[in-house]
Amino acid sequence: MTDKRLTEEDVVAELRDGMTIGIGGWGSRRKPMSIVRAILRSDLKDLTIVSYGGPDVGMLCATGKARKVVYGFVSLDTIPLEPHFRAARQNGTIEAMELDEGMLQLGLRAAAWRVSFLPCRAGLGSAIMENNPSIKTVTSPYDGEELVAMPALPLDAALLHANRADARGDAQYLGPDWYFDDLFAMAAQRTFVSCERVVEPAGFASEGAPETIRISRLWTDGVVEAPFGAHFTHCVPDYGRDEALQREYAATAKDADAWESFRTKWIDVPEPEYRRLAEASLSGAAA
Amino acid sequence: MTRVSLAETCVVACAEAWRGDGEILASPIGLIPTLGSRLAALTFEPDLVYTDGDAFQLAAPQASDASSDASKAIEAWMPFAKMFDVVWAGKRHVMMGATQVDRFGNQNIACIGPWAKPKAQLLGVRGAPGNTVNHTTSYFIPQHSARVFVEAVDCVSGVGYDRVALAGPAAGKFHEIRCVVTNLAVLDFETPDHSMRIRSLHPGVTADAVQAATGFPLIVPPDVIETRAPTDEDLRLVRELLDPKSLRDAELGT
Repeated sequence: MTDKRLTEEDVVAELRDGMTIGIGGWGSRRKPMSIVRAILRSDLKDLTIVSYGGPDVGMLCATGKARKVVYGFVSLDTIPLEPHFRAARQNGTIEAMELDEGMLQLGLRAAAWRVSFLPCRAGLGSAIMENNPSIKTVTSPYDGEELVAMPALPLDAALLHANRADARGDAQYLGPDWYFDDLFAMAAQRTFVSCERVVEPAGFASEGAPETIRISRLWTDGVVEAPFGAHFTHCVPDYGRDEALQREYAATAKDADAWESFRTKWIDVPEPEYRRLAEASLSGAAA
Repeated sequence: MTRVSLAETCVVACAEAWRGDGEILASPIGLIPTLGSRLAALTFEPDLVYTDGDAFQLAAPQASDASSDASKAIEAWMPFAKMFDVVWAGKRHVMMGATQVDRFGNQNIACIGPWAKPKAQLLGVRGAPGNTVNHTTSYFIPQHSARVFVEAVDCVSGVGYDRVALAGPAAGKFHEIRCVVTNLAVLDFETPDHSMRIRSLHPGVTADAVQAATGFPLIVPPDVIETRAPTDEDLRLVRELLDPKSLRDAELGT
């Protein structure tokens, strides 16, 4: 029986410069931030990031790790515009592929099903078709309709954060929405799942109904036990968003010194230290 | 009842956008459209479906000041994956905001300036391209001005009538931009070439004032009516049930 448990650093060691990496979650919700931080601390470069983006995208832009971002939006939810992503777009430091949210989903599904595209109506008439000349239309052989041929978005790796997982890589989602984590996993060559707690397979039942075990080990290659691994994004029902720290993070986009001190305190730290800080910050005991 | 506020006029105007929709998902973005959709559901469109904005379809509305952990009357589960099914099946009428909108109803929420290197990156196109070609779309503009109502939008996120015609029959098959509700008026596209016209004026607002706040010529029918006034029951529902803390006024900057 394969034990897939890894550390964040082990995951980074499996990644290469120039890879296309999908990141699960949605906006500032259940993002695999501990693995993202390990990327930020690494020498990896020239990454293409595919995401319903939040601070994962913002941080990868702010540190120059992202060369290209494929997104439907990038938002911090309670702070609608992600300031580090905005700066990267406005300064022209990243390449962008901006898609309709549904098209992004369809591109992942096409990759999951190993077809080169899937048709949709979304995108027709919009600026997406002008801003992304690589996206073509296709004429239906059945009724002659000309539809968007959303190209597959194959991923070299997917990074996800779940509430629970077992050591073999089955992952359990206890919040109300697992977003598109399953599609990211299926679209990727290799998938790494961090989780709040690793449990025995028999332990899932006491956490939630069987249908909360959304991702099968068929699609996963590594499991990282990462308590507070989504912090400061939310990971309900384990914890909510750390709004105070998110505000502090957002404010650093216009202040290089503030960004450096944020980075020193919240990124360039060993994970055990981070967990202590996160727990204290969530309970309001630390600034 | 006491004097009707501008916010209350706007809530009723937003509610009217969903009239006749029956059993579809009403997706409002922002507080005043949300209050409008709930008001429609509680009065003349009882089969409208609405969610908590997260993952649940609700059997009864929550007050605008309800905390995120307040109990909810959940009638169905609707995570984001289901939401795209609803959108692409056309069982939805969304009321979005707009940073810019033009005379044919093209909307921009993505960026200001050239897309390749924008002066201001905004949200990105989000779901606007897919929404507009799959189901009915309306817009709410809390501050009607020539900065919003522009000759040409910088990045077509939601698709308007002229662009949809150029994109071919598949684009237009399910396309409808029903109306644009603002703090001055209700506008629609019920003209021969689908260019924007004034449908109704809010009390005390003239067509000249709306035109002056718009960056392109509007069609002004000779018989422009006044926006429907709230009934006593509308006001009671908005003031006592849906928005008892009067959060609605802040959305208009009043």
